[in-house]
Amino acid sequence: MNRVTKFIILDILKNKIILIYTLLLSILSWGVFSVEDNSTKGILTLLNVILLTVPLVSVIFSTIYLYNSSEFIELLLSQPIPREKIWRSLFFGLTFSLLFAFFVGAGIPLLVYTPNDVGLMMLLVGLFISTVFVSIAFFSSISTRDKAKGIGIAIMLWLFFALLFDGLVLFLLFQLADYPIEKIMIGITSLNPIDLARILILLHIDVSAMMGYTGAIFKEFFGTALGIILSFVILFLWIIVPYSISLIKFKQKDL
Amino acid sequence: MIEITDVNKSFGKLKVLNRVSLSFKEGECVALIGPNGCGKTTLIKSILGMVIPTNGEIKVKGQLVSEDYQYRKQIGYMPQIGRYPDNMTIGQIIFMIKELRKSSQRLDEDLLQQFCLTEMFDKPMRTLSGGTTQKVSATLAFLFNPDILILDEPTAGLDPLASEILKEKIQTEKQKGKLILITSHLLSELDDLITHLVFMQDGNVKFHKPVSALKEETGEDKISKAIAKLLRNNMYEPRY
Repeated sequence: MNRVTKFIILDILKNKIILIYTLLLSILSWGVFSVEDNSTKGILTLLNVILLTVPLVSVIFSTIYLYNSSEFIELLLSQPIPREKIWRSLFFGLTFSLLFAFFVGAGIPLLVYTPNDVGLMMLLVGLFISTVFVSIAFFSSISTRDKAKGIGIAIMLWLFFALLFDGLVLFLLFQLADYPIEKIMIGITSLNPIDLARILILLHIDVSAMMGYTGAIFKEFFGTALGIILSFVILFLWIIVPYSISLIKFKQKDL
Repeated sequence: MIEITDVNKSFGKLKVLNRVSLSFKEGECVALIGPNGCGKTTLIKSILGMVIPTNGEIKVKGQLVSEDYQYRKQIGYMPQIGRYPDNMTIGQIIFMIKELRKSSQRLDEDLLQQFCLTEMFDKPMRTLSGGTTQKVSATLAFLFNPDILILDEPTAGLDPLASEILKEKIQTEKQKGKLILITSHLLSELDDLITHLVFMQDGNVKFHKPVSALKEETGEDKISKAIAKLLRNNMYEPRY
């Protein structure tokens, strides 16, 4: 870990938001598991809560943090530190803090109550989703100089992936119900990191049977080792692509 | 030490630098002057790599600034308006910069002592007045004994005492053969410091001359008067 990253992590930890986030996650997780005696039901409840809150907190906190560190970035830029390193350190610092919060808050109860492949998958997916939305935050904060606009873009992207996207997919499904679109649906679904995460978990719990024919097709694809690997590759792309775009823009930015 | 060739920069349609070519050598103390918005700060930020020129090249000690960042080790920069992380204290900022640079060179902490900043180490940056922030900026600029000092409006906002301390410091550094670049509006303050003068207007360099030549031309012995005379003769009339 380089020195710039160290200073950023220390700065983020001084910020109480990450602690509150950790606390919130652990109250939710421990709460859900201790109320529900069936751990599968617990996982399902937790899945929905986590898929809403984790992306939201990751994207909003990171966007605001990036805007607030404009002074810090300016100070570092006049020092002999390459731009790429500053941006990368910010990314590592934010990702590390949010992953740490997720691991302590939700990861530990998951490992305690469901020490099987479902629990592990959930943990892994949560970590990936956190990183994906940090990356999206980098993209939205570099898109505009205006803080309000940047946060707006971040919220819109979250809203789109968390809620609107499913609506659109449902709409498509109903409109094209007469056609064999199940395979296409797999392609479309993988465009949304949150949906991808949800499917990965659902297929590991035996509730996919309730999802009908589409569920069967999904299981056929996402249930295989290849499908899982491919899903993680796509999630990984969701991390790399927005971050790389933001890095290219940051390198050309005038401060 | 600094070679600027044909540098252009525009922000959207606004042309801020227009084919600027300048060269500065060690031992010089150059004043960059000109009306507000003439591109002085943009030029300085281009040298530092904070603003990326549309085209043209800038070399510091023979090194292209667009290619390597190491050249910034040789530069001490004091911004016009220093912006620092709000929640850090003076001490933390100075400690952090020291840590990041990990310079083996002997640190120059004269200003830290003279500005009495050590007594305020626990003060968060957001509570500081403009003048104190300037003092922190000045301290950081001189801290690593750089060969090139770039000072953007160094004395603006400083009280007379601090301003005098800073000017003395600039004088000593100049005698060590360093290159010093200053932008300022307070010409009278610069009289005994500067050796060269660059006058910019609307992104163009109007002239770049040694002070002695300028004084000879105008027959004045004060820089401020010489400039005023030039301006009055409508040679370089500022457009507001």
